[in-house]
Amino acid sequence: MSEKREKYKEVAYYPGCALEGSGHAYNRSTKALGKKLGLKLKEVENWNCCGAMEVKNIDPKIQTYLSSRVMSIAANKMNMDVVMAPCNGCYHNLKKAEYDLANDQKSVDVVDKISKKAGHETYKSGQVETIHALDWVKETIGEEGLKERVKNSLDGVKIANYYGCMYTRPRHIFPEKDAGAGSESTSKPHFMDDLLEAAGAENVDFPLKTACCGGAHTLSDCDTSTKLVANILQAAEAAGAEVIATECPTCHSGLEMHQIRAEKTMGLKTSVKIIYFTQLLGMALGLKPKAVGLHENISDSFDFVKTKGLA
Amino acid sequence: MPIHEKSLIRPENLQVHEKLEVEGVDVSGHWSTFIESRVVTDYNEAMEDEIAALPGGEYIHRCWQCGSCTNSCTVHALNPDFNPRYWIYLIRMGMESELLRDKEIIWQCVSCNKCTYACPRDVVPEGVMKATSHWLELKGHTPKSHSMIFDEIFSEQVFKTGKIEDGRTVRRFFKRTGQALRQPWLEEMVKRLLRNLPIGMLTRMGMANFITPKTKGWSGARDAIEEYVAEQESHHRQALRLDDLVEAARKEL
Repeated sequence: MSEKREKYKEVAYYPGCALEGSGHAYNRSTKALGKKLGLKLKEVENWNCCGAMEVKNIDPKIQTYLSSRVMSIAANKMNMDVVMAPCNGCYHNLKKAEYDLANDQKSVDVVDKISKKAGHETYKSGQVETIHALDWVKETIGEEGLKERVKNSLDGVKIANYYGCMYTRPRHIFPEKDAGAGSESTSKPHFMDDLLEAAGAENVDFPLKTACCGGAHTLSDCDTSTKLVANILQAAEAAGAEVIATECPTCHSGLEMHQIRAEKTMGLKTSVKIIYFTQLLGMALGLKPKAVGLHENISDSFDFVKTKGLA
Repeated sequence: MPIHEKSLIRPENLQVHEKLEVEGVDVSGHWSTFIESRVVTDYNEAMEDEIAALPGGEYIHRCWQCGSCTNSCTVHALNPDFNPRYWIYLIRMGMESELLRDKEIIWQCVSCNKCTYACPRDVVPEGVMKATSHWLELKGHTPKSHSMIFDEIFSEQVFKTGKIEDGRTVRRFFKRTGQALRQPWLEEMVKRLLRNLPIGMLTRMGMANFITPKTKGWSGARDAIEEYVAEQESHHRQALRLDDLVEAARKEL
């Protein structure tokens, strides 16, 4: 634990494409949170897309290459040994590339061939450790550290913690999960629950923590995504949640978009707020709503955070 | 979840004689209903190998039909006809005509990976769904799905510049699929997004339309990726004997 505590205090930060666009609020709040907590983020120099779901669908080995390039820069150019990716998609893809490069010779060969032609050092499995923003806060500050630092307690805020698909599945690319005491669970993840609870929140018993929001087809199969999101929103409200806390820009914008679409096309109105966990933690530590990018969310929660004494 | 009952008797296989007399007894109408017998002869023995030759389909042969994939499937819960276990069975048996009955929905897999998580044989059913969708499109059984079009637009941009800009990707997708951008729910979304955004942010977002985000010094990677993709495409064409198909179609014309 303490080894990670020191190791994660300065990490290579890989925001990824979504955090420069639709997920900018997550980018802003992650950086603001890091600053507030005294954690150092060194952005991966001249990074590229991790390949996302889309390139993986065209050719999985190109996705492996794209993710490996990001890790290669962190390791070989910046001399870093930890890459922190807040986006579930990026995090998943870097983990998947790490797994493939450790276990599949064909992937190693393809990545080596493309890396040489592209003119950079080939990434070798084991050079960096990829972690999620949840690991980052959990290991460096932890629940005790958060409790000491809370200025505006999330007391009285009822939260459904939503982790989505890419953070836990498939299990084999996350060897550090399901690894006994203190580790994250792939069937019942709890890192976000732990952190928000430490900040005073009341976590509701939410059965759809790792359900799918249909993010892969959020635009190409809107009706399916709307139905899946409607399930999540309704389950959260039925569990008594006022807020769904998110940790992925694709899930987050999917929930926001299809909350509106469910209202417009299915006549299903839900009022649960959708807020990144980094925004919630930031406000609990005393950051202003705008400093954590609350104005960049589509789901409008300004009045809500005011009534909860967070603004 | 309730067990899904599927009728094995299809209406088109039922035979009813309006007028039928057997040994002096009138058995017209539903008394004479019977099911046409069917012997399956139209196996496509190459189908499993072809799908296994496409990315994601490599491990289809490991399946032992336990059904964990279908049981855990996100899309199956919405549509009981979405049945990965059954499709894997059909592909391995070579029952192409049966598989084609579901060709319009196979692409709807949302890649949530619940199947891959649940599978005890490491079949990677999610990959098999992707390989099967590609196979259907490459063989000309279905037009390109909206999902495939989105993947192509996204990947083109990444291959070219190293990054994507999501606004641009969305606009191109709507254009290429012939859908109007002015849809009530999209307009409502933009309206709500603009409500709290300061002018500075809006300018930054507007600029992103003109300045493509780029990874510096990307041309080497771009060339290497494009070369690899072309190489793979040619392997897939060979594995699926697409040139033979084109040749056969030409002769028929």
